[in-house]
Amino acid sequence: MEQSKPTQTRRSFLKASFLAGGGLLISFTWIPESGLADPVKNIDNPAPWNELTGYIKITPDNIVKILNPNPEFGQNVMTSLPMIVAEELDADWQKVVIEMGPHDNVKLGPQFTGGSNSVRMYWRPLREAGAAARNMLMQAAAETWSAPIEEVTTKGGMVYHQKSGKSGTYGSFATKASSLPIPKGVKLKEVKDFKVIRSSQKNVEGLKIITGKPLFGLDYKHEGMLIAMIEHPPAFGMKLKSFDAAEALKMPGIKDVFQQQLYEDGFEQGGFDTRTFNDLLVVVGKTTWEVMNARKKLKVAWEPTGDTKDTMGGRNGKREVVVPGALETTTAQLEKMQAYAKQPAQQLRKDGDPETAFKNAAHVIERTYTAPFLAHNCLEPINFFAHVTDEKALLVGPLQAPGWTEPTLAKILKLPADKIDIQMTRMGGGFGRRAYGHYLIEAALISKKIKAPVKLIYTREDDMTYGIYRPMYMATYRAALDANKNLIAFHVKGGGIPEHAIHANRFPAGAVDNYLAEGWQIPSNITIGAFRAPRSNFNAAAEQSFLDELAEAMGKDPIDLRLELLKRAKENPVGKNNDYDADRYAGVLKLVKEKSGWGNTENSKYSRGVAAYFCHNSYAAHVVDIVIKNNKPYVERVFSAMDCGIVINPDAASNMVEGAVVDGIGNAFYGKLTHKDGAAEQNNFNRYRMIRHSEAPKKIEVHFVQNDKDPTGLGEPPFPPVFGAVANALYKSTNKRYYSQPFMTEALQQINNRKKSF
Amino acid sequence: MITVTINKKNYDLDIDPETPLLWVLRDVIGLVGTKYGCGVAQCGACVVHLNGEAVRSCVTKISRAAGQKVVTIEGLSEKNDHPLQKAWMEVDVVQCGYCQAGQIMAAAVLLRENKNPTDDDIDKALEGNICRCGTYLRIKKAIHLAAAMQRKNVKG
Repeated sequence: MEQSKPTQTRRSFLKASFLAGGGLLISFTWIPESGLADPVKNIDNPAPWNELTGYIKITPDNIVKILNPNPEFGQNVMTSLPMIVAEELDADWQKVVIEMGPHDNVKLGPQFTGGSNSVRMYWRPLREAGAAARNMLMQAAAETWSAPIEEVTTKGGMVYHQKSGKSGTYGSFATKASSLPIPKGVKLKEVKDFKVIRSSQKNVEGLKIITGKPLFGLDYKHEGMLIAMIEHPPAFGMKLKSFDAAEALKMPGIKDVFQQQLYEDGFEQGGFDTRTFNDLLVVVGKTTWEVMNARKKLKVAWEPTGDTKDTMGGRNGKREVVVPGALETTTAQLEKMQAYAKQPAQQLRKDGDPETAFKNAAHVIERTYTAPFLAHNCLEPINFFAHVTDEKALLVGPLQAPGWTEPTLAKILKLPADKIDIQMTRMGGGFGRRAYGHYLIEAALISKKIKAPVKLIYTREDDMTYGIYRPMYMATYRAALDANKNLIAFHVKGGGIPEHAIHANRFPAGAVDNYLAEGWQIPSNITIGAFRAPRSNFNAAAEQSFLDELAEAMGKDPIDLRLELLKRAKENPVGKNNDYDADRYAGVLKLVKEKSGWGNTENSKYSRGVAAYFCHNSYAAHVVDIVIKNNKPYVERVFSAMDCGIVINPDAASNMVEGAVVDGIGNAFYGKLTHKDGAAEQNNFNRYRMIRHSEAPKKIEVHFVQNDKDPTGLGEPPFPPVFGAVANALYKSTNKRYYSQPFMTEALQQINNRKKSF
Repeated sequence: MITVTINKKNYDLDIDPETPLLWVLRDVIGLVGTKYGCGVAQCGACVVHLNGEAVRSCVTKISRAAGQKVVTIEGLSEKNDHPLQKAWMEVDVVQCGYCQAGQIMAAAVLLRENKNPTDDDIDKALEGNICRCGTYLRIKKAIHLAAAMQRKNVKG
């Protein structure tokens, strides 16, 4: 394949190439640092963020293929990202072939799904690539027809010259186009001219999914592939002491049982190299069931790890972190958190003189909120295929961040990156969990050791008890009111195991003269990781519940109070670095107020709660309507208002919001992972309660603020405020405030108590 | 030797009779549309039809299927045109998609027995099917649509 000289457009490097056998290939490499259009600093972004890529391929027989660059885990980027290309390319969407791009660190650069960033980060480069390709096809046609390019038009994958009546498919000009230089400064379409973007398109993999085609990592097969599982310790703070595999090895289909170290001592871990257990007890066999059975025959002795040390690398240099060895229990953790909450904490932001304001306040409201560890529970359990030899490595499976895992793998296997081929399958859920690629490394080491292609599979129990959870959180909110019930100071002091959730520059920072945010954290051997809207998923529960209670104390409507604060933040902001656009924040509140008929008497049969939040560059507000059904609180209706700028694929976007709402209700009511002596007390769905069909609302009405702003993400932003809205509606329903997630047990007690008292 | 009919095809299997049908389908026969989610009949991702009834293949021993007929998502329709499949496409139900085969297989039995299921009927029939992405509303909508398509076909 020959390549033309790369051309730098505004934000991307485009390369045009001949395809073997003719045709045009446009590849692009984007340097995102130069392209962040959003004025809001994205503080949820991971740091090692380099470049992103994708491809358009057009063959002479007119197959237009768009490779989706980003991993797909249900957020529908397989559809939405190619839609962006197709729009500027002016391709016929119905005829475009879409494939998942491979990961190639040398040619393509790291790819990443997370932080609700796929659409936001790819918006410009995908449009520029599509527009450049279209322009080159037009140029090729113009030259062929000896017509000026200004007279050439395109529509639905065809090039036209109206004057002469000539036309041709993109394919017929693809080979000629590939010899042209990449055009500079091609004009992108006006938003008003969008045809593909903003029109709902069906999931491009829908048919494969509903007919059971192999798509997921667990479905991947390879000649001679063996199955491996890891017997991990029964508790955090435990490790392998010794094992006797004699019986297991006698079981049918079993090939090997061995111990494998994941990281060597002193291995410098990057931010996404998190792993819970380092000494792996591996069982390898022919089939999944045989390996599962053999595991039951293992005789294993475990022992406490004691305090251990991890070596962390990263931007701040190398440092050693002590991981405490204690076997933790949830009740004791809560007591410890309560003690920490009383100690001085790290100041994260301070405006004005909050201490004096609180001292002089006529009325102080103080409330403390807690939330448990949560497991991601992706329905497809953790798995990865590996075939590693001395020369090269092939890895196939579900992974959110191949670009972060690959350098670690290269280091551990001592292979250069161009000898490592990581292919990404569709993921049966991700929610942050699959950004942590320890399981890929594990699979690779197992393959290397047994010298065979192997798929590592975690059972549901292995998956749920492994760690990398949403942290356990606590936060105390305080508000000071003067004698006229004006808000004069606001204080949040948040903590967590092992980290706190506080975003100090978020609302209501900027809206209150005297403001203080503080954080504290308690180290733990229970590992944590990103979980759908990290930190925000707790803040929006606690803060938005507190604002509801505050509004009540101030004698204000909860939406009105938020709007007043946002007005203040806009007109006369307090402090610097306020992390939100007050107008857009207010916009979703106003929209949800209107669409939900907030305050209308016909809605009085519902117990209503409202909450809003800004995170991951998008704005969300929900009104949740609770009724009591079979003596249980039931969220019957939800009204959602979102502002994520231009909505690429409206119906799929609604689906995403509906899902986030259901996920939020489920976790607010039931989500909980507790521990006793280091062992998880829930290890499968019989004890870890997930929301089910009958508990999903009858109606979720999703509304988008209509504007022409560059699009931002949607996977995470609608999720966090659901918790707050549910808590606030539950208060209206049961006349009791809820401070500790999950809410259901306490709500049922309250409902029963009230029944008894009548 | 255990003989099983899967999607109208006969298989003679030399296999431990205790092996769950799920792993026979996935590891031995290579039909991977039926998913592993929990292994303890709690999530419904592995639902298949055994003699027309919805069973959880992760806890159904292959011996129980001996001489019986099994239908998986791959065999639900010959041309991908079961009303539920058409409705699923029309409503654009899926997010990650991992649970959907199980949802469809559970719904297929419901629709056969109940031509016009209510929301409550759907809730009861699919209560054992978890959708981690939360597409429950769309699943319900698609089942109602499929029921309407089915009734129309019968009438027409």
